[in-house]
Amino acid sequence: MITARKLLGALALTTAATLTAACGASSTGAEGSKATDVKLRMTVWTSNEDQLKLFNAIGDAYRADHPEVSSITFESLPFADYNTTLTTQIAGGNAPDLAWMGDLSKDLIASDALVGLTDKLKATSGWQYDDLVDSATKEFSRDGKLYAYPFSNSPFALYVNTDLLAKAGQKIDPKTLTWDQVAAAGAAVHAKTGKAGFVIRDFDYKSWNTLATVWTGFGGSAWSLDGKTCTFDSPEMQRAFTFLHDAAFKTSAMPGPGTKADFFAGDAAFTVAQVSRASLLTGSFKFGLYPLPAGPSGKYAVLGQAGVGVLAASKHPDQATDFLAYLTNPANAAKLAQFFPPPRKSLLTGAKLAENNKKLSAAQLQEVVVDQLPNAVTLPNHASPAEIAQKGKTALDALWKADADIPAVLKSVCTAIDPILAK
Amino acid sequence: MRYWTTRRRDVLTGYLFIAPQLAGVLLFVLIPVGLAIWYSLNKWNVFTGKQVFVGADHYAALASDPQLPSVLLATVVFSGGVVVLNITLGLLIAVLLNRQFRGATFFRTLFFSPVVVSVVAWTLVWGFLLQDNGGINGLLHAIGVDGPNWLQHGDTAMLSVIVSQVVRSVGVNMVLFLAALQGVPSELYEAARIDGARSRSIFARITLPLISPTVLLTAIITVVGALQSFAQIAVLTGGGPELSTTVLVYYVFQQAFEFNNIGYGSTLALMLLSFVMVLTLLQWQLRRKWVFHEQ
Repeated sequence: MITARKLLGALALTTAATLTAACGASSTGAEGSKATDVKLRMTVWTSNEDQLKLFNAIGDAYRADHPEVSSITFESLPFADYNTTLTTQIAGGNAPDLAWMGDLSKDLIASDALVGLTDKLKATSGWQYDDLVDSATKEFSRDGKLYAYPFSNSPFALYVNTDLLAKAGQKIDPKTLTWDQVAAAGAAVHAKTGKAGFVIRDFDYKSWNTLATVWTGFGGSAWSLDGKTCTFDSPEMQRAFTFLHDAAFKTSAMPGPGTKADFFAGDAAFTVAQVSRASLLTGSFKFGLYPLPAGPSGKYAVLGQAGVGVLAASKHPDQATDFLAYLTNPANAAKLAQFFPPPRKSLLTGAKLAENNKKLSAAQLQEVVVDQLPNAVTLPNHASPAEIAQKGKTALDALWKADADIPAVLKSVCTAIDPILAK
Repeated sequence: MRYWTTRRRDVLTGYLFIAPQLAGVLLFVLIPVGLAIWYSLNKWNVFTGKQVFVGADHYAALASDPQLPSVLLATVVFSGGVVVLNITLGLLIAVLLNRQFRGATFFRTLFFSPVVVSVVAWTLVWGFLLQDNGGINGLLHAIGVDGPNWLQHGDTAMLSVIVSQVVRSVGVNMVLFLAALQGVPSELYEAARIDGARSRSIFARITLPLISPTVLLTAIITVVGALQSFAQIAVLTGGGPELSTTVLVYYVFQQAFEFNNIGYGSTLALMLLSFVMVLTLLQWQLRRKWVFHEQ
């Protein structure tokens, strides 16, 4: 018994020593601005080699002038699990110094988990803070302070497979194109070729927020401007979802649930996707790229954004903020613009964007990016995005049946997400 | 007197032998369970690391969670379906393959091979097969049957995840049953046949009682495994449509890691743990009634 007690005691002591050592290790993290051997880590969701090469090149150039920074690592996380992985890293006390962020930004800003950037960026010589487009900074600001630099501002556009349209004998006029015309042409393509009509990319009857690329044209929105009240059950949303329901179950203009169709593999006549997806075009068919079709409410534009910010939990927030200012200065922003539509007015011209774009012409980029950005609305973004997305999806699943009661389902969406919006 | 007596040396040796296992249990079971209990009593803002003690609030929230009844129902249907199908099919295949015939080894390998396939890869393939325009409906169409949209309707989605899970894991039970069947003395069968017993009664009165310890073991393993099935649900249906395939372990993941409700997620995890413990204890107690050498 004595031995057992001693052994247990030794075990407890070892555990306590291990925990103490672990706590000790983490407590050395908070260093002042004069720290040396600073290792910075930035999480990203791209695994594109060219993009990572550019980031590494910018990182190396920064380190050449900042010997105290011994390494800058760009950690590529899978997009599907990005938010979960980032959150787990933060919760586990292993937060990166800098991070890309999409719909997690509202939660991070609301929790004071990000370092304010405005003062630093304004104070950085040559950074040109006033060069930023207001519509791009809105989603990443609170009380006039910017918390993440919106490095990617990619509007949604309509990609058209003109070969498939020709096969089905369909013609469209991009200048006056409406959603009804897209649905009619899509249904005709499906009937004549067996290929899909129009596909809202990444929707897949799950990610309903991507449907904002349609419902905005019908005057609809997921919630009120202050984000407190669900508006899924509004007449505008009923009209938009009736249009989508008809396309899926009556006219077959849109593939139904459980049917895969990839526009970029030549499986669909139209797709709504971000302009940055043009990199997926392989040249296997002729294509057109146009602004989103007009809805009953007229012309509109929708934007998908990504930002990069400094985590307050970073062990080196000062160095991380300094690197962020360098990464996004006018010269580096111009380099990043070859992959991500920038938020800087000085870079937002079709000609400038086309300099590094192999797929799209200056005229196309002017029309689908530059002309759309100033008035574009962003995809629905709110605090607790995953919970809203899941509860909304669970309720909306009932809509994707041929005999769905559309108003009742949309009302049930509001019942499901209103308590989260009201938090 | 010498301190290190033989007895003391033996005791120390014994403890040293079990120390690695004890350390594993401590690090990966007891400490996490202790932490889960602590988290369940706190509201944790994962972005700032701030924790506020809320006492039993999360336990009270179980009663008012509108999604929980559907989740529990899905858990019962999924686990029940997997357990019944897995054990029945495993036993049936084992009985059929417990004979000497040409190709027996091939069929044993065939039924066991899905077990060694990565669960995510397996489920992804099933996901493609079960699409509305996927392979299964293509086959059905070829024989003139209009297949359902498997993953888009609650009933067929649940059936799909159960079947994909059973086909992948039935090989384990088959191997266990095969080993048990081969351990039944052949003299008993010979004696029964001489006495005029038919195949059905031989199976019911000789085979089943003698392999009942293995049936108990497979029942426990399958119940625990079914309650922990996560990847199949996550990859194949994401818990949908609606909540039809949201089983408890997937709901725990959603709450804790997607919605960042670590406290409530921990409470649900403890509920799952208690279910597993109660079911295992129940099976263990019931063994006296139907496991032959426990009587």
